[in-house]
Amino acid sequence: MRFIFKTHYAQDIVLAKHGGHWFWYGALMLLLLAAPWLFAEYWLAQMTLVLIYSIAGLGIMLLAGFTGLFSMGHAAFLGVGAYTHAVLTNMGVPFPLALACAAALSALVGVVVGLPALRVKGIYLGIATLSFGFIVEEVLARWESVTGGNAGIHIKKPNLFGWVLESGDQFYYLCLVITVAATLGILNLLRTPTGRAFVAIRDSEISAQSMGIHLAYYKTLSFSLSAALAGVAGALYAHNLQFISPDQFNILQSIDLLLMIVIGGVGSVHGAFLGAIFLISMPQLISMTKDYLPAAVGQAPGLQAFVYGVVLIAFVLFEPMGLYGRWLKVRTYLQMFPFYRKGMFKRQKSFQKSDRLK
Amino acid sequence: MNPPLLSAQHLSVRFGGVLAVNDVSFDVQQGEVFTLIGPNGAGKTTVFNLISRIYTPTSGEIDYLGPQGMLKLTEQPPQNVASLGIARTFQNIELFEHASVLHNLLIGRHTHRSTGLWQDLFFTREAREAELASREKAEEVIDFLGLQHHRDSFVAGLPYGVRKVVELARALCTQPKLLLLDEPSSGLNVEETDDMAFWIQDIKNDLGITVLMVEHDMGLVSKVSDRVLAMNQGEVLAMGSPKEVQNDPRVVEAYLGTVDDVASLRRNTPDTAEAR
Repeated sequence: MRFIFKTHYAQDIVLAKHGGHWFWYGALMLLLLAAPWLFAEYWLAQMTLVLIYSIAGLGIMLLAGFTGLFSMGHAAFLGVGAYTHAVLTNMGVPFPLALACAAALSALVGVVVGLPALRVKGIYLGIATLSFGFIVEEVLARWESVTGGNAGIHIKKPNLFGWVLESGDQFYYLCLVITVAATLGILNLLRTPTGRAFVAIRDSEISAQSMGIHLAYYKTLSFSLSAALAGVAGALYAHNLQFISPDQFNILQSIDLLLMIVIGGVGSVHGAFLGAIFLISMPQLISMTKDYLPAAVGQAPGLQAFVYGVVLIAFVLFEPMGLYGRWLKVRTYLQMFPFYRKGMFKRQKSFQKSDRLK
Repeated sequence: MNPPLLSAQHLSVRFGGVLAVNDVSFDVQQGEVFTLIGPNGAGKTTVFNLISRIYTPTSGEIDYLGPQGMLKLTEQPPQNVASLGIARTFQNIELFEHASVLHNLLIGRHTHRSTGLWQDLFFTREAREAELASREKAEEVIDFLGLQHHRDSFVAGLPYGVRKVVELARALCTQPKLLLLDEPSSGLNVEETDDMAFWIQDIKNDLGITVLMVEHDMGLVSKVSDRVLAMNQGEVLAMGSPKEVQNDPRVVEAYLGTVDDVASLRRNTPDTAEAR
């Protein structure tokens, strides 16, 4: 068991709280930096995809996990980012500029979508964002002069002011840099007043307001930041596949994104990454075990959707805090061995909170 | 005489057919503890919600002596109330449950934030210094209310009595001029109520904060209040020192009823039977 002896407020603020953080996150960074030499090309491509989904996951985590606003149409932001980036890149705009434009346009759309969030909550917000997702998908399919319609468009390789990233390794590093930057940005937000305002809105709007938090401003801000991250992820997604079409940004994609953070663990930054790893590795695992299953099960259509559904239900029932919650329990068990008690993480049910002013 | 810190004039609020508050006027002087009492449903909390701008009055006005002089509180948007120096607690504790006590107090510092989104995003030197400064302020409040033990615990796991104190601490973190306490002693045991009485006196005397509270515990009320306003059915019954208000016949009637009321409830006593 580790006890941190605090002698200065700065110890509360630093990201790496103790030597263990430095060691493990340092080791993770080294592993990620060395990945192109360690892993085969196929696995590196999978890792790139994990990084891309993590960026989108961070965005939706900020919105759903920290501000308490659920978006059922997040793939639309991914789509707006992907198409903006694709169109600009094909016009010859350098990568950083096109990426910034993709993020900015997604953020702008996020503000527009965020407006209903000022009035509706919970399931109604889910419905509003869901219909927004359909609208964007339809726009992408019909606005053929720009998006190429259902035929989709191809996108050129990323071009950093004349330096074209040809290989998968280079693109992997690009994704890694952006992921690290996004993660640091989110962590910074969460330890400053902006992030605390989001958390306040999630837990009690009424008292957030009486603490002087401008609900409309912070909800809109959360939506736009979340959308901007999704836009960035969309841009990288477009490069990754080199071809995009409207059906990649449909409701299934939105549900995948939501599923990702629920399985990862709502309300934790780690959860976005764990969820992304789960989302990308699950189909691989299923296809790997397919051969060992009886043909009637292994070759059945819809096996993947079935497993996803079962896993999601299992998580909601048995581990609402997701993979990260499970990890916390394992870690506590190891730290306290042999004093871990079974009910340690059981949350006391609160009957005192009033629903009157909600 | 100094101008009052807060002055409510002819406040009325109507929810559909219910007149929850009817023509209520009162002044809160600087540096006093002013208490609203009254039976359940008297409209005390509604008055609080009018002051903290959760509701808008149907008619009437609230004047408040803000940092830049007298202003009409009823024209301010709800999120501005805190930065004008009005903090409040809630009857049914509205804390940020999935955050630590320190985190809750830091949210209370929100109106004093000096950094913008971009400074926060990149955690610039200003953001870092602002963070350290606001932690220092939060620690002062933790010291004042003796919350050291609970600093890093999550609110969701704290007992009711402690949560009440955390909510008071969060309100103090906004460095208010006027503190609204909605039933500070509800759900507390006798010792905790005594502590609360001490703190309210300290808040008034040491921190110089004006307190407006709603309270049912008459022991606490007479111990700390300078003036008391009794309400019933949305109307003002009496105003004055705690003793005067307690002895006011109309207040006694509101709480206990009159002899005539009780007589009609009496059943089958010999003389009523004869009267039939």
